[in-house]
Amino acid sequence: MTTKLLTALLLGTSILGSAGLAHAEDVTLNIESWRGDDLAIWKDKLIPAFEAKNPGIKVVFAPSAPTEYDAALGAKLAAGSAGDLITCRPFDKSLELYKKGNLADLSALPGMENFSPVAKSAWQTDDGKASFCVPMASVIHGFIYNKDAFDKLGIKVPTTRDEFFAALDKIKADGTYIPMAMGTKDLWEAATMGYQNIGPNYWKGEDGRAALIKGTQKLTDKDWVAPYEELAKWKPYLGDGFEAQTYPDSQNLFTLGRAAIYPAGSWEIGLFNTQAQFKMGAFPPPVEKAGDTCYISDHTDIGMGLNAASKHADAAKTFLSWVASPDFATIYANALPGFFSLNSSPVKMADPLAQEFVSWRGKCKSTIRSTYQILSRGTPNLENETWVESANVINGTDTPEAAAKKLQTGLDSWYKPAK
Amino acid sequence: MAADIRPKRPFRWHIAIFLAPAVLVYTAIMILPLAGTLQLSLFRNIEQHQVFVGLDNFRTLFGDPNWSVNFWNALRNNVWFFIIHMLVQNPIGVMLAALLSSPRLRFAAFYRTAIFVPTILSFVIVGFAWKLILSPLWGVAPHMMDLVGLKSLFTPWLGKEEYALTALSLISVWQFVGIPMMLIYAALLSIPDEVIEAAECDGITGLSQFWKIKLPLILPSIGIISILTFVGNFNAFDLIYTAQGALAGPNYSTDILGTFLYRAFFGFQLQVGDPNMGAAIATMMFLIILGGVCVYLFLVQTRLRRYQF
Repeated sequence: MTTKLLTALLLGTSILGSAGLAHAEDVTLNIESWRGDDLAIWKDKLIPAFEAKNPGIKVVFAPSAPTEYDAALGAKLAAGSAGDLITCRPFDKSLELYKKGNLADLSALPGMENFSPVAKSAWQTDDGKASFCVPMASVIHGFIYNKDAFDKLGIKVPTTRDEFFAALDKIKADGTYIPMAMGTKDLWEAATMGYQNIGPNYWKGEDGRAALIKGTQKLTDKDWVAPYEELAKWKPYLGDGFEAQTYPDSQNLFTLGRAAIYPAGSWEIGLFNTQAQFKMGAFPPPVEKAGDTCYISDHTDIGMGLNAASKHADAAKTFLSWVASPDFATIYANALPGFFSLNSSPVKMADPLAQEFVSWRGKCKSTIRSTYQILSRGTPNLENETWVESANVINGTDTPEAAAKKLQTGLDSWYKPAK
Repeated sequence: MAADIRPKRPFRWHIAIFLAPAVLVYTAIMILPLAGTLQLSLFRNIEQHQVFVGLDNFRTLFGDPNWSVNFWNALRNNVWFFIIHMLVQNPIGVMLAALLSSPRLRFAAFYRTAIFVPTILSFVIVGFAWKLILSPLWGVAPHMMDLVGLKSLFTPWLGKEEYALTALSLISVWQFVGIPMMLIYAALLSIPDEVIEAAECDGITGLSQFWKIKLPLILPSIGIISILTFVGNFNAFDLIYTAQGALAGPNYSTDILGTFLYRAFFGFQLQVGDPNMGAAIATMMFLIILGGVCVYLFLVQTRLRRYQF
């Protein structure tokens, strides 16, 4: 009964919505999205830029609340009232829509060649044959540091692990700053900014990730336990009472200038730029020996697909090709520093911190978070367990080996890699 | 109604009509969803279709270590959560009520209101306020303990596996102590003065008057409060969710049945929700609460003596 009511309401709004636009002769494309925060950027920058080049196509950006997006989109798709263009969540949620026939196959879309296989992996079938969303943006992991603090203590930006821990020791010995701003209360910081941040250097990015999915490597292998061993060493460098320190606490500790290093995701750039009163810099996860190949987590986060039931598929494809173009990438990446275009052609960005982050793509190899593709489909959920175990390792509740063993046992209970 | 039609005893429509609103509302918002939950727990989603699987979901819940470990952990935590409430909240509630009903206490109305106010606060406010109070970085708790020289006793309680659940239980006690206090207070006020005066004539005053006269008279109220606490605790969810998040960290040490149900039913982050397993957990919660209430109704309440004045 409630579904029907919801459907009726949604239908009602879509009819009213289109009635207002009926006077236009042009084709109108509607974009479904959860990024309400980006409304101004779309309205003032992106859509005018597209419409100027493509007369006859009007675009309307119609976001819904992030928490309601998946349910509302599902209801609209079922009722046939969803917009022509659909903002894609990464991995399984979009894959499910594609399997249900809601998203069209975009493998042959002009512009898709601008993206690397890693960028496309979030919106592909498991065999990688069909792509159904144009990758829009990713977030990169690394460490943001307080430049003033580093200058004052005479610390060079660390590139190897030994330098990294030497820097932490020096900051700790000095005592002015908390060496590293991170807490384990919210769990995900430990996993996302910790394990997935430093891990790719150990498991060699995509190689390790693919091997894990294939089943040729296990989470109990040395390459996957080693990042936990490093995480366990972080404990003495975290602030007092880090066990109850939440994510906003960590952000505040760093932007107030009380901590020297912040294990980060690039999405922090926008906020930190407005809040921090000191100079900031960033460095990628340190490698073992100088000159080693570095790997970074360049995690695909947002894409855009075509509603298979769209009446204006051609116009929508024109728009998607534009989304795949460097033009779009430049506007988008500059409007949202920290959300990086996945386009292979380099994008010029004004923000120095964002530039630093994106420059790592040139010298390091990109990968995505190891738990996101395929491996988090069952119960227990590998991503959620990784949160809990990463926090346990830092808290000292579990040894690195015990944590890895728990994760692998959980994964083995439902995941049987294709032979 | 006219008296002359009574011999025929027609169907008494007014009973049905007067009952109808309550029955309809109760059926629509309580009985149907409950039946729906029970039904959902017997099905499973296989290839996008709901297939009847009998008790398979319960077999998974108790037989598959991936589920059963979490379930027993949540149940154990929930029992501890309940024990803290019974041992701390209700005795303090009774004590406060006894103090409030003392005729010599000044500003009784003020205390009554002040103690009751947290009860009407939203869980979200309580959760965030206490998270801030206990924060090792900017909380007032470490600072105030420092003032009295007890800083060494401070630990980040909400982040320590061994303390987090107890700390949260005590926060919940702080929030809800007003309810037993009010109920007991009302029960104490309803004790007739003659009984108290008779006791005084027999030389029973002060503390022994409370133990020998008042406490037996308010036992039925304490029983009701216990059962309300039981139902409330085993349905609890909000405080844990706002203070610790859906994963009820650290290391699931604050996971109670409500948060376990939430994760299973709605999913969390990359975990996709499984309404059928969620319904199975909800059914277990229902049975646990039903069992507890039955034990109370049939074993405890029937033995409570009631006094007629």
